[in-house]
Amino acid sequence: MENSLFQRTEKLDISWCPGCGNFAIKASLSNALTELNLKPENVAIISGIGQAGKMPHYIKVNGFHTLHGRAIPAATAVKATNPNLTVIAEGGDGDMYAEGGNHLIHAIRRNPNITVLIHNNQIYGLTKGQASPTTLISTKTPTQPWGVFEEPLNPIALAISLNASFVARTFSGNLEKTKEIIIKAINHKGLSIVDIFHPCPSFNKLNTLQWYKENTYFLEDHDVTNRKKAFEKSLETEKYPLGIFYTCEKPVFEEVVPPYISEKTPIWKREPNLEKIEEIINLKRS
Amino acid sequence: MNLEKEVSIVLGGAAGQGIQTIEESLTKILKLSGYNVFATKEYMSRVRGGINTTEIVISSEKQRSFLKRIDLLVTFKKGVLNHLKDRISENTIILGEKENIDEEFINNKNIIDIPIQEISKNIGNVLFSNTVGSGIILGIFDCDLELFNKYLEDKFSKKGKEIVDKNIEAAEKGYELGKKILKDLDLSLNIKKNEKINNEIILSGTEAVALGAAKAGCNFVSFYPMTPSTGVSTFLATHSKDLGIIVEQVEDEISAINMAIGAGYAGARSLVTTSGGGFSLMCEAVSLSGMTETPVVIYLAQRPGPSTGLPTRTAQGDLELALYSGHGEFPKIIYAPGKIEEAHKISQIAFNMADKYQVPVFVLSDEYLADTYYNLSDNELETLKKENNVVKTSLDYKRYELNENIVSKRGIPEYGEGIVLACGNEHDEFGDITEDIDLINKMTEKRNKKLDLIKKEAIEPEFIGNETYKNLIVSWGSTFYLIKDALEKLNLKDTAFLHFNQVYPISDSAEKYLKNAEKVINIELNYTGQLGKLLKREFGIEMNDSILKYDGRVFAVEEIIEKIEKVLRE
Repeated sequence: MENSLFQRTEKLDISWCPGCGNFAIKASLSNALTELNLKPENVAIISGIGQAGKMPHYIKVNGFHTLHGRAIPAATAVKATNPNLTVIAEGGDGDMYAEGGNHLIHAIRRNPNITVLIHNNQIYGLTKGQASPTTLISTKTPTQPWGVFEEPLNPIALAISLNASFVARTFSGNLEKTKEIIIKAINHKGLSIVDIFHPCPSFNKLNTLQWYKENTYFLEDHDVTNRKKAFEKSLETEKYPLGIFYTCEKPVFEEVVPPYISEKTPIWKREPNLEKIEEIINLKRS
Repeated sequence: MNLEKEVSIVLGGAAGQGIQTIEESLTKILKLSGYNVFATKEYMSRVRGGINTTEIVISSEKQRSFLKRIDLLVTFKKGVLNHLKDRISENTIILGEKENIDEEFINNKNIIDIPIQEISKNIGNVLFSNTVGSGIILGIFDCDLELFNKYLEDKFSKKGKEIVDKNIEAAEKGYELGKKILKDLDLSLNIKKNEKINNEIILSGTEAVALGAAKAGCNFVSFYPMTPSTGVSTFLATHSKDLGIIVEQVEDEISAINMAIGAGYAGARSLVTTSGGGFSLMCEAVSLSGMTETPVVIYLAQRPGPSTGLPTRTAQGDLELALYSGHGEFPKIIYAPGKIEEAHKISQIAFNMADKYQVPVFVLSDEYLADTYYNLSDNELETLKKENNVVKTSLDYKRYELNENIVSKRGIPEYGEGIVLACGNEHDEFGDITEDIDLINKMTEKRNKKLDLIKKEAIEPEFIGNETYKNLIVSWGSTFYLIKDALEKLNLKDTAFLHFNQVYPISDSAEKYLKNAEKVINIELNYTGQLGKLLKREFGIEMNDSILKYDGRVFAVEEIIEKIEKVLRE
């Protein structure tokens, strides 16, 4: 069941296909926001392009539907402009790992306190079935008719290798676990990356709901502070581990930038400091 | 020999030899001594070696343009004279050591052999050459040596007393030498000092833009370094704590502008700084700003392209790039300040207009304007009121509400009770994606109609000259003083000047000036005459002649005089 506080009350024209994992992710996200006691006006979802990018339209929070791959830079800036907001960057595997791959890498370095939710169905859905950076080798698609040659990106290993401050993977089919992981991701101070496996019933005939059930398992008794162990786990592909792989504490971007060091008022609320500007200009007299 | 009213001094050396340090100290001390100063540099895209030069003009009246003529040339390196041979005349006095004089100049009667290096070495290090050189110029121009000593003390106090003392010794030796040169050459200097000037402000184009942005409440800057735009971000980064401005150097230009737009959505006043190649990467997001109606200010400091072109040279080649940037149709505003004081004012207007009309706004500068300095009086540096247009939202807030207002009210998250949904896809009033024909039409019209309102607020072009003109010179951006000074020297009764500080949308007031002319001549630093083409597009007026330059160097006043005379003779 999906909680009502974050439900849009009007009739929505939802463009996701029947059976799409996005519905489940939406339910887990709404429930997580509710359990966190957040209010719609205090949350902002910044999304990229593709079916996952439509999340801000189907859930009642502030939203900015940006460009393909650019949700993370925009979300970083939203958080820095108003640190009181709970900021979520959301997009698909094409959005975050292909077009936006560079931004993901540098966001890990920058470590803003935002949550990045990646809907990873291992295929491009909205553009009708081309391979994505996480499509498995040999998968045949209309644009890779002889099968994918490139090794799939391992976002979990990538993130841990860069010492990302929160790295998790979940599966949309498990609503409860997905909700719990999203809650922990939002509560974590720093950049949280949550890779969410979900089926694409229209275009991914390999990684089906059943396939994910059979080929994944949730980590148990795993020490999330052990980076080496987490990295080892991230390399497992026979069955893909799910759960929180790794967390660490690091300085947070919007806390260490100079305007916030001694003054906490969000920058959008501040007026120009004309006296200081005059002082700087006066230095140009002598 | 007489040096009247204005003296053009050029210092030349290798990158890393400290020519920039001399430029900084000399302009300061000359200004504090009561002279009007103007400085501009040209440099190569390298960290060491090559040849860089700086021109400093000292004048009785404010002189704010690059002169080809060199009255006094100081060389710190062999090759400088060859590099400047087109600008050296029989009247140019050349100061330098024999080893820094190129062979073909060795017999020039105006060479004064000065032992800068020898003096520096005697003091302890060849690195004191800069200070000796500055001392010589200050001696020649009868400046207050104490001011220079104090400057050196401030500058080098961190490095210890010995370094301060040695620099002061170098300054004194140079100063004495300057006095001696003045006497030996029997130079007659006739440049008035004015006490009022010593309290004036020296700013570069770069600093003027940065300070203007700060006054306008800019509080978020994202950028990827690129010459000649980086200076604005560097300046704001230096003061980011005091001014409450987040200045972040990001992974690429795409990230830079998307961050700035994200910040704008959340209520910041955001700026990106870039140059042509970097801006090419940003074009997609200019379109996002247009569609989502999110304000962003883009400082685009031009340099010659295409591609990485000439990284440290100047050009006006990106007007069309800015004009047509971003796919689809949406309004934008492009300013092109012609003066440092105007750059300061326009960078404030840019933020107010971006906020008011929720559109991308450009401040088009270039390397010449960015790297030029001169002294300004207080009343030349205007402070405009920061206009706030953000509204507090109610529960039924709609980001893109369709009503009698062309510009819908902009809410931001957490200010009020409403939800703010911005969308880069075509959207309905709330911000949800739509493909409804009626809404598509209405939203397209709503966005594009803003241009009519913006046009009514367009800065009128600056007209200089008699109303009864036959010829009209048109220009835009940083060439303003160059052309103005050239026309003053030419003193043509039938030729007027129309300068565009805003190049898009263009104020309707331009039309009458253009139509009244028998002959319209555009002067631009590009190959294709981009302003000329834009004026034809907007007003159906063809340029009768074009004076164009595209070698990466700015026009000199003398060059413009020559070219205008030639065009008018034809």
